[in-house]
Amino acid sequence: MRIWIKSGSPWVWLTAASVSISIIMVVGLLMLIAARGLGHFWPADVHNFEYRESDGQTIKIAGEIRDSERVATQQIIDSGVKLDSTEQWTTRYLIKTGNRELYGIDFRSLLDPLISQRSQDTEVMVLERREWGNFYGILKQIKVDGKIIAEGNDSWDALQMQITSSSDVYSTIHDIEQGEIGSINYTLERLRLKQRSLELRGEDSPEALGKIEEERQSLQSEYKLFQKELKTHYTELNRASLVAETIEGKTVEIAISKVVLAYRPNGMTIFDKIGFYIHKLWEFVSDEPREANTEGGIFPAIFGTVMMVIIMAILVTPFGVIAAIYLREYAKQGPVIRMIRIAVNNLAGVPSIVYGVFGLGFFVYFLGGNIDQLFFPEALPAPTFGTPGLMWASITLALLTVPVVIVSTEEGLSRIPKSIREGSLALGATKAETLWRTIIPMTSPAIMTGLILAVARAAGEVAPLMLVGVVKLAPTLPLDDDFPYLHLDRKFMHLGFHIYDVGFQSPNVEAARPLVYATALLLVLIIIALNLTAIAIRNRLREKYKSLEH
Amino acid sequence: MSDSSAPMTHGVNIDALKSKQSNTVTDVTETALTVKDLKLFYSEKQALNGINMTIPKKRVTAFIGPSGCGKSTLLRCFNRMNDLVDDVRIEGQILLHDQDIYHRDVDIAALRRQVGMVFQKPNPFPKSIYENVAYGLRLMGVKDRRTLDEIVENSLRGAALWDEVKDRLHDSAFGLSGGQQQRLVIARAIAIEPEVLLLDEPASALDPISTLKIEELIYELKSKFTIVIVTHNMQQAARVSDYTAFMYMGDLVELSDTDTLFTNPKQKQTEDYITGRYG
Repeated sequence: MRIWIKSGSPWVWLTAASVSISIIMVVGLLMLIAARGLGHFWPADVHNFEYRESDGQTIKIAGEIRDSERVATQQIIDSGVKLDSTEQWTTRYLIKTGNRELYGIDFRSLLDPLISQRSQDTEVMVLERREWGNFYGILKQIKVDGKIIAEGNDSWDALQMQITSSSDVYSTIHDIEQGEIGSINYTLERLRLKQRSLELRGEDSPEALGKIEEERQSLQSEYKLFQKELKTHYTELNRASLVAETIEGKTVEIAISKVVLAYRPNGMTIFDKIGFYIHKLWEFVSDEPREANTEGGIFPAIFGTVMMVIIMAILVTPFGVIAAIYLREYAKQGPVIRMIRIAVNNLAGVPSIVYGVFGLGFFVYFLGGNIDQLFFPEALPAPTFGTPGLMWASITLALLTVPVVIVSTEEGLSRIPKSIREGSLALGATKAETLWRTIIPMTSPAIMTGLILAVARAAGEVAPLMLVGVVKLAPTLPLDDDFPYLHLDRKFMHLGFHIYDVGFQSPNVEAARPLVYATALLLVLIIIALNLTAIAIRNRLREKYKSLEH
Repeated sequence: MSDSSAPMTHGVNIDALKSKQSNTVTDVTETALTVKDLKLFYSEKQALNGINMTIPKKRVTAFIGPSGCGKSTLLRCFNRMNDLVDDVRIEGQILLHDQDIYHRDVDIAALRRQVGMVFQKPNPFPKSIYENVAYGLRLMGVKDRRTLDEIVENSLRGAALWDEVKDRLHDSAFGLSGGQQQRLVIARAIAIEPEVLLLDEPASALDPISTLKIEELIYELKSKFTIVIVTHNMQQAARVSDYTAFMYMGDLVELSDTDTLFTNPKQKQTEDYITGRYG
């Protein structure tokens, strides 16, 4: 035994075991969120249940099985449910029943022993709607302008056609509202601000005001044209409707403009389902959210996250590199510099919410407030930069991650062999020339390492962002085709905050839970993608500037 | 580059100075560098104890002596490389064209362009062969492509490297062998036409054949440059140098022409060293 210990193999086993545990935990985590999140988009079969309720009545329920769990029978009996079961454990299903406007909730728990019958009906249809969540039922008729145009078996094809055309109209309306009318509103607001600033400076001559008024008139008439166009689209949109019957035999009429998608999962083949799955997945990453973020996609959050990280990287790199160069190259090494270095290292350990509070107090209220006073007095009292926004969020995160960049740049600088510096100086280069031409290019892989760490930390940060610029739902992206294109003062959405919001602030927690996992997976994937890009760049730089082998 | 561009040291025209110079110390040649009572301290420790010497122009002067005797330190004083070391204190003077290079107003970068240096280990930059040679020229603001091409070629020829690298000028300098790298570093140093070339044990990290090539090169280069070489290898000093200085414990023990120093040393210490009694 002593020989075995002395041989060192226990040490090998111990180290190998700890690596294995780490890998298993990381892979397990990713698999868990992937399994939970990605399953959400699969078109699950709809089951019909006959269920005996606690008052003895039997009711019919249709829905997707979302979850099943084993509960102690005694616990169920204790909670007042009459159950004759000798089993120790009872299975409990979570059923998504939809039809929120009828039932009030869209989920129900069913106990396995109380289900008297289970069946599947291929005719059952699922409607994804713009409001009230999913609808489950059987299609009966299609109406246009109150007249029945299809009934029974023909109605399914008619429904699909109607949905396609209404979706087209809907997206036209969306484009006009977000694009043209949004642009007009933005320009009108700028005109108002221009007028106000002229007034503030006392330059509001009648000619200038007249010019503004003229522009405003032309915009208004343009706006009226669009308004008219929208009106025709809206009337077109509201013509068609469908009639469907729920499982209890209740007839419901639903406007087709409210329907996003209709499908009959029980009748789908495996290929249909795969196609449907891909479609849903694409919608998830490319669409805007609906229904308090519990439906639809998360594109604005992806965009906001990437945007913020890029701006943060642009800010943090020069700042951190310059600071590191001063500390390592110019400052006289001594107790003061040692103190500063310790302080910088400790800065990396300050809880991020502290940075958030600082960002809100200093950047947003103090700096932003003063910027508004100086440069945007025409907009006051409405703040321009004196309110949380993309710029402040990026700066706050840059501040949060700058120690990482400083530390790794300093490491890189200290690894450059002395002979390279001497070689450059001996050729008559000044210190600054040596730095620019040789040392900084050779340090660039280390700078990239710092940036990778900074990006990884910044992209996952949520707490400070809640204070300095992230919102639950941003009406516009921070980048669009209205001058000046990049709107640093706008609020934005962020995947990390989206996870928090959907998971804990949502009115419909059960519906949102899979989205939490899917969003988390996407956040991880985006961070991995950003990191891989940076690592690829770093490896190329490393190859280019690899130092002499000594 | 031709001699037509008159080298300027802190505003003084060198050619004008050259003509005024008198043949002071050495027998036949002019003096390139004059060292006057040079003392150097690393914090409290004295490394050079008042050195007085002259370095003759367009000749090879070798510094020999046991490790730690101060020969490299003295060499690094000539282009003020010791300034990079913290806590170093220098007293005395080194005159280049009657100007003290340790004077407050001296532009160190300009000095180092006049007094080039090659180090013990080859230290090419992580750039192409071409860019390594062009480095000093680009620092001086030479941008014209044709001038650069011409000087790079001449410098590589001057360093006896052109034939080996002419087909891969734009490949990384790290692809060269150690000996080629060292000749590249010499080409880089002579590209900016210094007056003095300091070689700090230039062949000590190289194999015998590369060493031989470097020694041949030194012999070639002395027609254009004043060369000061530090070496551990006494045979090398005897082979390449015209004058040899023996240093011991921070003192210059003896300086005379190489033949005399090796065959008929005046000092007992020198004799002991060159006959291998210590060192």
